[in-house]
Amino acid sequence: MATAESFHSGGGAFAAVVRRDVRAALRRPAEAATPVVFFVVVAAVFPLGTGASPATLAAVAPGALWIAALLAALLSLDRLFREDLEDGSLDQLLLSPHPPALLAAGRIAAHWLLTGLPLLVASLPVAVLLALPARSLPTLLGALALGTPILSLAGAIGAALTAGVRGRSLLLPLIALPLLVPVLIFGTLAVRAAAIGVSAAGPLYFLAALLALALTLAPFATGAALAVGAE
Amino acid sequence: MPRPPSEAPLLGIEDLAGRRGDRLLFSGLSAVAAAGEALRVSGPNGCGKTTALRIVCGLLRPEAGRVRWRGRTVSESPRDPGWRRELAFVGHHEALKDSLTPLENLRFARALRGGRRASSCRPEEALERVGLAAERDTLTRELSAGQRRRAALARLLLDDAVLWVLDEPAAALDRDGTTLVESLCSEHASAGGALLFTSHQPLVLASAPVRELRLGDG
Repeated sequence: MATAESFHSGGGAFAAVVRRDVRAALRRPAEAATPVVFFVVVAAVFPLGTGASPATLAAVAPGALWIAALLAALLSLDRLFREDLEDGSLDQLLLSPHPPALLAAGRIAAHWLLTGLPLLVASLPVAVLLALPARSLPTLLGALALGTPILSLAGAIGAALTAGVRGRSLLLPLIALPLLVPVLIFGTLAVRAAAIGVSAAGPLYFLAALLALALTLAPFATGAALAVGAE
Repeated sequence: MPRPPSEAPLLGIEDLAGRRGDRLLFSGLSAVAAAGEALRVSGPNGCGKTTALRIVCGLLRPEAGRVRWRGRTVSESPRDPGWRRELAFVGHHEALKDSLTPLENLRFARALRGGRRASSCRPEEALERVGLAAERDTLTRELSAGQRRRAALARLLLDDAVLWVLDEPAAALDRDGTTLVESLCSEHASAGGALLFTSHQPLVLASAPVRELRLGDG
């Protein structure tokens, strides 16, 4: 009975963190929209830089789209825990009766809802902009649906590790990029395969496996990093 | 109505030493607090008052020594949920989200703490108690420093934590606010709670004598 009760209140705390983060972010719409706008802008300037011949564009478009997604995630990850650390919220999270991993998972889920999910929607117009063939769109959405949660999960580890570091603007990319690059590789492979009309199953399975790994490990690593970082 | 402190101390601080970076701030700090007792950590700026409070809460690891709660050593298992539920901490920073209202902030704090019990009060009542009834739906970023402090103190009323650890609870508060802190603390002590706080101004508690715990002079 006691375990059922604590499980229930743990779920309540997780939901409370997600609700709070989403609500707080939506009160500042301009800030909340920054990563998506950034994603669209970066993807939109790619054709300008590479020349708009359809052949070149087709070759770079999948990579460009994923690079834009990666940079947008990095941009928003920097703030994931820093504010909490600075305004004392992190102390309250760590002092709650719940495991830090659970609360980290709540913040990560909110981060995905606020950046990953809008990115999925924004990827459709961006795909048109980059002249991706229509038949690759389902694969693109599937790859992003698998990949963007990994960006939030793995990136959160880096964000938690660097939250308390001064002058960390370059530290987060340095720490997080090695964790995020596999997403870039397999995501690009999947979209490229779909664009030339071959099966994208292989890279998609790899993304799914990475997601399973990140889902099971990242909340714990992030929680532990936060607890250490608070010291 | 002052109550005689019960026999067994709730909080025991044993030979505690604290470090910040490379500097050993204090060592050999020992004290006990029973139900209904208040301890004030005092000393000059930079002597480690905040560090001492954070060590007691389990946010920092002690360099040496132990913190006991109800006889159990909690400094080695700071994640113990039973201990966590009995502890409430209000630090330097208010831990309020600027883009939420005080009421939303308190509702979140309560959801985070989980278990609500008989004597705890609802967020609306807590805000009324600290004099923020009219501001409960104002965005926190529009509140003054003193009002933010009051909202943070309201968190203490949400659950029946036994140990309150307060870092400068009266900072940024006016006379009325200081009186409010004193009466909240006094009620807490007379309800059998224990207090550990720092304060640059003396706080007079009607129901409990405040014992000084000096840091920084050996």
